[in-house]
Amino acid sequence: MDFIRQVLVITRKDLRAELRTKEAINASLAFALVILVLFSFAFDPTADQTREMSGGLLWIVFAFAGTLVLNRSFARELPNDCLDALVAAPISGGALFLGKALANFVLVMAVELVSLPVFGIFYNVHWTSRFWSLLLVLALGTWGLTVIGTIFSALTVNIRLRELMAPLLVYPMLIPALMSAMQLTMDLIAGKPLGGDNEIWLRLLVAFDVIFTALSLLLLETVLVG
Amino acid sequence: MTAVAAEGVWKFYGDYPALRDVILHAEQGACLALIGRNGAGKTTLLRIIGGFSKAARGQVRILGSDPRETETRRRVGWIGHGISVYDELSAFENLSLFGRLYNLPHPRKTAMEWLERTGLERVKDGLVREFSRGMRQRLAVARAFLHQPSVLLLDEPFTALDDRAIAVLQRLLREALAEGRTVVMSTHQLREALELATQVALLNRGKIAFHGERTPEMVADPGWVYAHYGEG
Amino acid sequence: MREKIIYGLGILAAVLLARNLYSIFMQLPDEASQGMIYRIIFFHVPAAITAMLCAGTAAIASVTFLVTKNFKYDAVAVAVTEVGLAFLAANLVTGSIWGRIIWGIWWTWDARLTSALVCWLLYAGYLMLRQAIEEPTARARIGAVFNIFAFTDVPIVFFSIKWWRTQHPQPVFWGGGSIDPAMYWTAALNLLALVLLAVVLTLIRLRQEEVQREIDSLRRYAHAV
Repeated sequence: MDFIRQVLVITRKDLRAELRTKEAINASLAFALVILVLFSFAFDPTADQTREMSGGLLWIVFAFAGTLVLNRSFARELPNDCLDALVAAPISGGALFLGKALANFVLVMAVELVSLPVFGIFYNVHWTSRFWSLLLVLALGTWGLTVIGTIFSALTVNIRLRELMAPLLVYPMLIPALMSAMQLTMDLIAGKPLGGDNEIWLRLLVAFDVIFTALSLLLLETVLVG
Repeated sequence: MTAVAAEGVWKFYGDYPALRDVILHAEQGACLALIGRNGAGKTTLLRIIGGFSKAARGQVRILGSDPRETETRRRVGWIGHGISVYDELSAFENLSLFGRLYNLPHPRKTAMEWLERTGLERVKDGLVREFSRGMRQRLAVARAFLHQPSVLLLDEPFTALDDRAIAVLQRLLREALAEGRTVVMSTHQLREALELATQVALLNRGKIAFHGERTPEMVADPGWVYAHYGEG
Repeated sequence: MREKIIYGLGILAAVLLARNLYSIFMQLPDEASQGMIYRIIFFHVPAAITAMLCAGTAAIASVTFLVTKNFKYDAVAVAVTEVGLAFLAANLVTGSIWGRIIWGIWWTWDARLTSALVCWLLYAGYLMLRQAIEEPTARARIGAVFNIFAFTDVPIVFFSIKWWRTQHPQPVFWGGGSIDPAMYWTAALNLLALVLLAVVLTLIRLRQEEVQREIDSLRRYAHAV
């Protein structure tokens, strides 16, 4: 219970700090919406084309916009040496990681949930036919994105060229999760249910989430201190 | 039990030996002033003691245990070069946050208490980014003392403080020492530190050049240790 | 003694490779549907396996470093990753050439190829990450953690061909295709040759890392005195 309490202290702190300045989330949201609109404008896809590329387009947008939030995760602890205070505090590395990951998850999901209706409007796509399944896939995919983004933010926090390094390392790691999320999203938007053909992607996504969450929980302390 | 013990500590940054075979002790209730020129290795040593980095060789013990153990961390207070409080949160929010992180029974009440003790109660809801330098330092002090640590590790705490902040810090340190807590502080501000110190150690290019009781001569002439044990 | 081992293994690898090349080009017949180009498989598949072995070794070395804090293991991790990256590149290139000749395309985004490319990018990222960290202890620690994450991706490569429909041909050497035992034997021998080559290259690189560290520590003592 102590663990959960510590996690929530960190989550609340991150969310409160971010919502006060709104720097990362504004940038992320703006980026997502601009890309969506630009794409629609530049390619003007037909209904069929849109259905085919919906999964790919949405998750590229989510990944890129999400990175803007995720990179800041540990970077926000650098001014005033706040990272020192967190490392010195009697909380486990796992609690620190989970707390930040949860806060990031909330922020990135918020961006995605705003982007979806915009996508629906500009691309004339009816995306709500399998709403709850889609929400599940969104959550699972976003969690994968969040976990990797958060731990890599910690890995690169003290490195020069951090802004460049972190995305370069994160995207290859995310490819299996993004592939799965794209496939599932494409099917769900087209109206197909989960299960059967695409069940394998769902399983991969869940496995990805579980494995990397466990690994991150274990290794954050090592990353920050040694 | 020795409050703080460093045994044969070596630290390298690449090729450069920042610390060489450092042996240092501070008994409980002592106030150890760690002095030395810029680049001597004071910050490096303090950070190793505080558990922020690991020594290449040798061992550090705080209250008999490894600095990274959870129980040990609960009993250590740290003030580094940065103030380690969040600009986007208010003074009160910051202290409540750390109160909760340190598992205090009444974090909000304790936060208010320490705001009063550091003279910040009137700006409790002000965001830290709007604070003056002195106010920020006082808040950092409040954060470090909040959880009643047995050992206080301070890295150049008097640097660039205004008079009010210096007075607050000295008062709090005296009270802490009177309560039997241990203080290890690195410093350039010899006068303010030497007034409080019971022991003095001089770090010279990564090695301990002097470690002994603080004497009246040292307080009268802060440069005394450098003159006798430092290099030119 | 170390030098002798390196030379010995090197000669063995060279001899084996020469023998295999002879066998591949002179003795084995053309494959029924693919013609000449199928011979590239004798390098393509063993290179992949060698790369995977290197990745596994690097992961074990990384974990061992984190546990023991001994820099010897960090040196093994970086040396074997560099060698493995070279073999994986060979795998991708040979695969691409084969694909161009047989399918008419240089590249396709099916699961197997994508995963192999992703692995290559990951381990290239590992080397890039190490380059960006100057302090040796931090470099080794951060590198080791990243290596563990990267290695977790490798099973996806290994199992992907079983899980997804893919343009990649079904496994030739496993999975019940019918294959001439002579070809199977040649491939296995070439695998041995490539693994020996990898070991030689790793040992050479490892020696270089160790010499570098010795120089570093000598410099440290010189500074300290």
